[in-house]
Amino acid sequence: MRAVYAVSGGVSKFSKVRHDKVFPALVKEAYDYILGDLGMEHPKFFELIDGTVASYFSDHFTRQLMAGIIAQDYLGMCPKPSHRVEGGGATGGICFQEGWKAVASGYMDICLCYGFEQMSHVETWKGNEFIALASDVSFDYPVGGFYSGYYAMMVTRHMAEFGTTIEQLAHVSVKNHINAYHNPYAQKRLRMTIDEVRDSPMVAWPLTRNDICVMSDGAAAVVLCSEDGLVKLEQACGKRLPRVVVSGIGRGTDAMRMADRPHQSYDDFYRYNALPNEMDDDARQYYKELWQLGFRYPGIHSFRAGRMGSREAYKNASITDPLNEIDFIELHDAYTSSEIQTYEDMGLCKYGKGGAFATSGKAFMPGINYGLDLPDEPICPVNPSGGLIACGHPVGATGLMQAVFAIWQLQGTIGHHFGDPTLQVPNARRGAIHSHAGTGTYVTVSILELEQ
Amino acid sequence: MSEKKISPIIDENLEGTTVFNIPFPTGNDLSSLKKMSPIVIRFPYSIEYNYSYGQDSPFFAALSNKRFIVSREPQSGYTYATSRGHDMYSGRETDWVEIEPRGHIHAFTVCHFGSEAFLPECPFILIQVKFKECDTLFMGRLLGVDPEKASIDWIGKEVKGRYRRNSKLQPTDIYFNLVE
Repeated sequence: MRAVYAVSGGVSKFSKVRHDKVFPALVKEAYDYILGDLGMEHPKFFELIDGTVASYFSDHFTRQLMAGIIAQDYLGMCPKPSHRVEGGGATGGICFQEGWKAVASGYMDICLCYGFEQMSHVETWKGNEFIALASDVSFDYPVGGFYSGYYAMMVTRHMAEFGTTIEQLAHVSVKNHINAYHNPYAQKRLRMTIDEVRDSPMVAWPLTRNDICVMSDGAAAVVLCSEDGLVKLEQACGKRLPRVVVSGIGRGTDAMRMADRPHQSYDDFYRYNALPNEMDDDARQYYKELWQLGFRYPGIHSFRAGRMGSREAYKNASITDPLNEIDFIELHDAYTSSEIQTYEDMGLCKYGKGGAFATSGKAFMPGINYGLDLPDEPICPVNPSGGLIACGHPVGATGLMQAVFAIWQLQGTIGHHFGDPTLQVPNARRGAIHSHAGTGTYVTVSILELEQ
Repeated sequence: MSEKKISPIIDENLEGTTVFNIPFPTGNDLSSLKKMSPIVIRFPYSIEYNYSYGQDSPFFAALSNKRFIVSREPQSGYTYATSRGHDMYSGRETDWVEIEPRGHIHAFTVCHFGSEAFLPECPFILIQVKFKECDTLFMGRLLGVDPEKASIDWIGKEVKGRYRRNSKLQPTDIYFNLVE
């Protein structure tokens, strides 16, 4: 495989309603940002680019099949090769990885990955219904199809297994909303308190409205290229581009119906799922005791797909101690609970310790006053952008939005792009992006690094 | 012989979105159109499906007869509480096995909001049930419990299935009550 560089990215403003543009024009907004960033006009970029990958989740929201080719056409990318990818909430992350594959394999030197969703064409309750159609329509949807309900069942199990509390969930919401306060692309820029999270309307017990991401209209795009592609781009734009390399990708899956998820033994967990930082005697003893208490893996409290995606990506990027070797993570926090579950899947802490990790301070940004009593210093800020909870979740764009923010973090250009340097992670050298589909069916993890 | 007259004028009607006047510049200067507010129209969209339950059909036939069947791998005995035609480990076809729908709450939530189709039923309680005969779970509704009194203590409580009197051929033909 060849080295793949992530050279530029663009994001449209995410908003509850973007009636001012139809979806291909939203993608154009993100694409034009890239052109501005590179200092290049479209005809020149078109001359250089080898192809694209399009990302959007639902044909229902747009009531438009073949929406990918409409965006391709509107961007002026025809007749270059392209295809659409779809994998629920992980669609954007899958798109990023398909672009990576196109470049790494030698098929393309320069690939544009773009994604979008325009969810405002229907009311929120109908949008919930469309999204719920991503669950099994024979057995899950008819019982009360509602993804917030599905995730809420997962969190009640997490609470029962590990004693996770609603205050710990609320810490994630406070962190991500306050981070987004400094992100002009975010949909919800709020300074929030624990009480405000808990006092907001209950949606699916114990998740309140402020524990849950919102529906959005938006688009995002990323340019990936090979070393040869980088040379071509640099010659065309007349400047040296920062070397952000995609050093590893990983992807995992799990049973569509969470009811079907296995309840594995301790031995199988260590055979198939454990991370390098869980191989020491202390970790083995911890898990042995957990199993003795009745813990089984992954059950419905843990996302095995997220663990397998992390395991593969870490192996490819030679990461053995994720908390200390990754400088920041943009992860899929459609729910505060799923951020806590993902801490564990990604090995930032052991399974069962996610709640305590959420309140430790380790995942917070340095230099921001959250109004919380946090015992530990930040180590690996999680969702410095504000994540899905605050930025919004225009599904097909979300995983690519994470990539854009990661590129800017590693380039050290957050201050430039946000007009505010507060969210720049100091000395960011390596970041991870994590994209997740309904109840953890598909999960992608990609590692980006600033090449030394 | 006279020729049939074919009208070149489209028929006008008042169905769907009908507009009588949209403001538009009267002169040749169209530059103000770039500042025009977007036009948003509303229209219905509905579909009738002929949906097949395929190999899972016996499960729904069982529910309509007030019986509960699960899927068991014939050699390993691994049993799915939710119908599954083939085992995920061996790839072998599963067998139908009847069990008494009595188990324990493994997880739950109370939905105070939801998809459009279920809004009239809010708040409703979703549970994942663990049957002792099965290795996996079954999702259903819990009734007879006050949804405003949600508590993590509900997890572990014993439940038993109850059938709708008039089958709708949906998984909700069975729902659950607490065993007091």
